[in-house]
Amino acid sequence: MSASGIRAGHRGTAVVTGLGVVAPTGIGARRHWESVLAGKSGLGRITRFDPAGYPVRVAGEVPGFVAKERVPGRLVPQTDRFTHFALAAAEQALDDAAVDPQALPEYAMAVVTASSSGGTEFGQREMERLYQQGPSWVGAYQSIAWFYAATTGQVSIRHGMRGPCGVLCCEQAGGLDALGQSRRLLNTGSELVLSGGTDASLSPYGLVAQTMTGELSTADDPACAYLPFDAAASGFVPGEGGAFLVVETATSARARGAQHYGELLGYAAGFDPPADSGRPPVLASVIRRALADARLDPADIGMVVADASGVPGRDRAEARALTEVFGARGVPVTAPKVLTGRLYGGAALDVATALLALSAGVVPHTAGLDRAAPEYAIDLVVDRPRPLGPGTALVLARGHGGFTSALVVAAGNRTDVAP
Amino acid sequence: MTRRAVLTGVGVVAPGANGRDAYWDLLAAGRTATRPISLFDATGFRSRVAAECDFDPAAAGLTPKEARRMDRAAQFAVVAAREAIADSGIELPAGDPGRVGVSIGSAVGCTMGLEEEYAVLSDGGRNWLVDHSYGVPHLYGYMVPSTLAVEVARQAEAEGPVALVSTGCTSGIDAVGHGVQLIEEGSADLVLAGATDAPLSPITSACFDAIKATTPNNDDPAHASRPFDGRRDGFVLGEGAAVLVIEEAAAARRRGATVYAEVLGFAGRSNAFHMTGLKPDGREMAEAIRVALDRARLDPDDIDYINAHGSGTKQNDRHETAAFKRSLGPRAYEVPVSSIKSMIGHSLGAIGSLEIAACALALRHQTVPPTANLAAADPECDLDYVPVTARAHRMDRVLTVGSGFGGFQSAMVLGRYDLDSKGEAA
Amino acid sequence: MAEFTVNDLKRILYEAAGTNDDVHMNGADLADQRFTDLDYDSLAVLELSSRIEREYGITIPDGDLSHTMTLREAVTYVVARLAEVKV
Repeated sequence: MSASGIRAGHRGTAVVTGLGVVAPTGIGARRHWESVLAGKSGLGRITRFDPAGYPVRVAGEVPGFVAKERVPGRLVPQTDRFTHFALAAAEQALDDAAVDPQALPEYAMAVVTASSSGGTEFGQREMERLYQQGPSWVGAYQSIAWFYAATTGQVSIRHGMRGPCGVLCCEQAGGLDALGQSRRLLNTGSELVLSGGTDASLSPYGLVAQTMTGELSTADDPACAYLPFDAAASGFVPGEGGAFLVVETATSARARGAQHYGELLGYAAGFDPPADSGRPPVLASVIRRALADARLDPADIGMVVADASGVPGRDRAEARALTEVFGARGVPVTAPKVLTGRLYGGAALDVATALLALSAGVVPHTAGLDRAAPEYAIDLVVDRPRPLGPGTALVLARGHGGFTSALVVAAGNRTDVAP
Repeated sequence: MTRRAVLTGVGVVAPGANGRDAYWDLLAAGRTATRPISLFDATGFRSRVAAECDFDPAAAGLTPKEARRMDRAAQFAVVAAREAIADSGIELPAGDPGRVGVSIGSAVGCTMGLEEEYAVLSDGGRNWLVDHSYGVPHLYGYMVPSTLAVEVARQAEAEGPVALVSTGCTSGIDAVGHGVQLIEEGSADLVLAGATDAPLSPITSACFDAIKATTPNNDDPAHASRPFDGRRDGFVLGEGAAVLVIEEAAAARRRGATVYAEVLGFAGRSNAFHMTGLKPDGREMAEAIRVALDRARLDPDDIDYINAHGSGTKQNDRHETAAFKRSLGPRAYEVPVSSIKSMIGHSLGAIGSLEIAACALALRHQTVPPTANLAAADPECDLDYVPVTARAHRMDRVLTVGSGFGGFQSAMVLGRYDLDSKGEAA
Repeated sequence: MAEFTVNDLKRILYEAAGTNDDVHMNGADLADQRFTDLDYDSLAVLELSSRIEREYGITIPDGDLSHTMTLREAVTYVVARLAEVKV
């Protein structure tokens, strides 16, 4: 055994037995999936505060989320909204997987989450109290609500999971990295990992900070605000929420008699060199490594869930990587995140969507787009869902600063969520 | 052949010590770097002492442009990374940049920059969002802690896996553990791993005030951090960074690298008990230690030194003492244990990497750094904590541990590389 | 001078640390429950203390209120502190 617990020659199978979703497309995997198939957008004018006067006014908010109804009452004032989302999604995922954590070995269960910006709203409120009233007005819960590990800690406590818990902050790529890490843990002694992530940065300060990148859409019409790969693309729309997945060893799932949505088959991560380095972005090579890890060829992939930045230069770079690996229009590409906005640590939702699509045997469409700009030479699925070819999906995510991750999933034997 | 990870470069920015050599001098001398807070006006705060870095970005080699862009935590990380790279003797880019990874830990990310900009945008808290155009262009980089890993990746010219690990106060040990795993599993041949935190700002100080975790001993700053002492009354907040060059052992040997230590075992466990509270029995930390030893294929008797978490809070030091006894049995009473937080304070996520750096240097110098300020131990803390004065001590393998908000408990075993190179690593 | 009753304590405690619907926080028994019996931990009591300090303008030294106290003991303590202020 190695220092980190890797056993030579051992390579387990990681299957996803449960999904939990809290997203602008709805609360619950079923509602989310129905929205995806119907092309029902969760984007709209921000309602949590008055966005007039902010350069960005459209976002994807989770509709009808009342923390008191979905989170233990004690935890509501003690945690930020990003943790509220996570506690709700984690519970759903465990229910969906029919896991009783008390029936499993405590140290063989872990929680690994992605967070991009932590307890933004909580933190702003406490800073306001500090600056307006003084240090003694900062609440006791600031110390456990604001930091990026708040969610993993609370979920671990709530469900009694005492294994190697973790938190990865890699902006949008973190949502895939958390799942990649959960797969590692299953190879080093863990049996079940509750993994995924949420973010909730649609607070006043959180929004201002996001606008500083210049990558957000300033459009007021939600229907025109987030059009990745379109000739009219003008940036992206930020969203909130995310997803949790129960990732288990095949042995553990079998022992419980659990069906699964699919398998985490391959994963790779890389990092873009600076734009002025003259070196190409790493996306194509990361895709190739993820495919190699999955022991698949490009032709084996049934669909690509794109990162779909909506920033023209980044759309171009993604399209170039896809044509480099798959050939021009060589694979169906879709971007269901046009319905939610970019969820940052919540990017695990794209993996949940991919698994639901594999279960249903369809490639969901990118709603609201007529077609991809011809120069990109990608086969973007628009208008309506399309029958799926091979039962595998490649999910891509790129995080601010250069993070680049790819995850390959294969269809499982569970079909009960697909309408 | 099993891939092993070795430490070949160390870079440090610590309170009272800019750079690796100054850091070891401070630790070996048992000097404390705690003092009244000077980084902000702490009037009205409960705890007004801290372990601060005397850090001048220009003197540390950062350009004005870098200093403007980077929050203090990022500046620490970049300076430590440069020192580590230089120390390792490796020329970057070396070979395929896709084989170079980064794993940086941080508990609170770029909090300082985020708070400073909040004050600007809200006119000192009086009036939120006077004008959003007052925001600095890199404000988003302060909101997302991943920026810290981005800055280090630029130093390493890394194109392999890059991650920011944020598990509270175990971030520093977990980030190095993550880097080790990247090497062992074959995702990278070289990883810059470490951690950074710069929490000495009003909001972070206030939040520890609110839960009375930091010391109220403002009258005697030099002796305020008192791990294992009967008169300890909370931790002293610190800041800093340590970054290590970790290489695949065979590659390091091929290029003739000087190796500080090999990472022999690493494990993390969570207590799933309370976000800040610890059970007195140390059960989950003991389990992390047990698994780390198991992965290292070592027995308790093989451990020659324990670098403790030793934060100096009432509950931590007892929890940890119990964990050592529970996991190591009689060996816990024989092996020297010390807490360098007595000298450099508790820099949250950064401290785990600073402690690994201290272990690497302790192995090199065959000297145990002391627990400063330990005058009369808590009767429930009855191990050999190496009070006040460093001790020459034969060490082949050492254990370092961490414990953090959220319930995280981590353990890592490091060993002199020349021992194992006789065995299977060759 | 402001009075301080179990109801005041309850109100501040709910705001500070939340409440679960399944916990009945009414009835005469409540005052004799310890904070821990009601699942309020040390952080909850720290937050409660600092809110009482701010609202009632008193100082509560470290450790005077603890999660192992009953609500009635806490109320008695606060009433005594308020009386000191009045004098």
